[in-house]
Amino acid sequence: MIVSILLSVLLAGAMYLGISVGSTGSNFGDSLRLLIMDESQDSVPEAIIRQIRLPRVLLAALVGAALSLGGLVFQALLRNPLAEPYILGISGGSAIGAIFGIILGFSYFPGVSIMAFTGSLATLILLLVMSSGQTLFKKDSLLLSGVMVNAFCSAVIMFLISMTRDARLHNIIFWLMGDLSTADIGRVGALSAVLLPCFILLFWLSNTMNLLLMGRDMAQTMGLNIKIVTITLLVVTSFMISATVSYCGLIGFVGLVIPHLLRMILGSDHRILVPACVLGGSAYMVLCDLLAKVLPSQGEMPAGVITALIGAPLFIYLLKRSDR
Amino acid sequence: MTPVISVNNLDYSYGNISVLNGISFQIQRGDFFIIIGPNGSGKTTLLRLLAGIISAGNGRIDVLGGFIEDYARKALARKIAYVPQSVPVDFPFTVSEVVLMGRSPHLGMLGLEKENDLLKAKQAIKFTELDHLADRRTNQLSGGECQRVFIARAICQETEIILLDEPTASLDLAHQTRIMDLMEKLQKERDVTVIMVSHDVNLAAMYGKTLLLLKEGRIVCHGTPDEVLTFQTLEAAYGCTLLVDESPLGRFPRVTPVPGRLMGVKD
Repeated sequence: MIVSILLSVLLAGAMYLGISVGSTGSNFGDSLRLLIMDESQDSVPEAIIRQIRLPRVLLAALVGAALSLGGLVFQALLRNPLAEPYILGISGGSAIGAIFGIILGFSYFPGVSIMAFTGSLATLILLLVMSSGQTLFKKDSLLLSGVMVNAFCSAVIMFLISMTRDARLHNIIFWLMGDLSTADIGRVGALSAVLLPCFILLFWLSNTMNLLLMGRDMAQTMGLNIKIVTITLLVVTSFMISATVSYCGLIGFVGLVIPHLLRMILGSDHRILVPACVLGGSAYMVLCDLLAKVLPSQGEMPAGVITALIGAPLFIYLLKRSDR
Repeated sequence: MTPVISVNNLDYSYGNISVLNGISFQIQRGDFFIIIGPNGSGKTTLLRLLAGIISAGNGRIDVLGGFIEDYARKALARKIAYVPQSVPVDFPFTVSEVVLMGRSPHLGMLGLEKENDLLKAKQAIKFTELDHLADRRTNQLSGGECQRVFIARAICQETEIILLDEPTASLDLAHQTRIMDLMEKLQKERDVTVIMVSHDVNLAAMYGKTLLLLKEGRIVCHGTPDEVLTFQTLEAAYGCTLLVDESPLGRFPRVTPVPGRLMGVKD
């Protein structure tokens, strides 16, 4: 309870910072006034805050929540604290699908999104087949399969990029690095319409994830239908991941950092972890995006760069510690 | 009186390899039923079939008078609890959290526990003498303590039948006795039917009311420890020379393997 209040405060603070800080200077008082007052005059700062910063912050929050939940679900499902959609190549798979969509000139919705979903499902199935049966739950084999799938996906992505010659090239590359700057309020609304039901469904399945961590046999004899639950979780998560990937590219390691931190503080009960991941993931992503905006002296860098810079060393640290 | 479990002409095979062959037996309410036999005799497979984890190719299992396949998962989980040989503890749940999970089949989807469920968990923790460890994380416990936590979880599930897969494997002598005493207390005080797979013939002799001796997927012998644990049946099942006499504690047979006297080449 206390933690959830703290996380909400953190999220609110991070969002407020995200709205206030930007290249046109930051004015904390003004931005609050502009947000609260409905019918103010059409000033430039208002336009910037309403049409650029606010959607961007909302997008970052949504994406952060979706990615950290994605990580949490994969970790429970595969009983592996190092599993994460990005590391396992699921994100890469949906990126391939999305790039195909972009090259073929589809619109963002539904074309590119459906392609991304197909891509993520395909990599998921490939991954499960590769490490099927007993070895599915062996940590090393699963992670290795994931790394290989990811490497293969990167190769395909590079191939597709090298085949592209026109203005779409810059778009693809910047999008691929995990870019949140293209947010507009309509698309953010569409994304939240897709993601919020997923969050609710996952919360509803949170006790199921607890039982899954006790191993398949025990979960089954506590009344769980493993097959249905596993498939539901996998499909919902891939759907969530592909929705975020098709919007803002590859943002890695959020699903590793946030669930891990929260598990250290809150323990392993998913009925607490699922809402905590939504709040914590949002706040983390908003802050990362803020850093991406503020750190470069000129222009901006994609938020995916920041999350990878933080997440990759942590992954190595966790891998090393799990060897004990 | 109808048996709690009735097995009829059960077959099971993994692909082409037949594991169980024409198995039929019944288990009465309140029994302490121990399945013994050499490695690869199909003991664990039989237990997993009884738990409803895998389903039989041929034959039929009835649980409390109903066909096992007709039970919904949750309904079966209110009748039978299962304690596997080992449980992954990669994710650090606390002891109380694990025990409380045993209430899941009695709860809705979110598994929100009521006052009564917390009380049941507390009783199970007390019954297994885990009070002092209740807030510890499972990955900080010893093997014997861990096993007791998962037994407490099964008790908290409040079922008439508890299945255990080699609960004493890899435990020291004190912990072995402690676990077996615990199961005996459960069977005697609460009339729970305990069904267990064990490698340890002597523990089976001391605690079991009924034993089932398997070899290569067939029943060699089924009866009381005195009937099952004889020189002839054991040699037939294990293929090595064994000495069977009465335990110095009296009341039950004692089995001692004789070193260097393997009969034939049966593995």
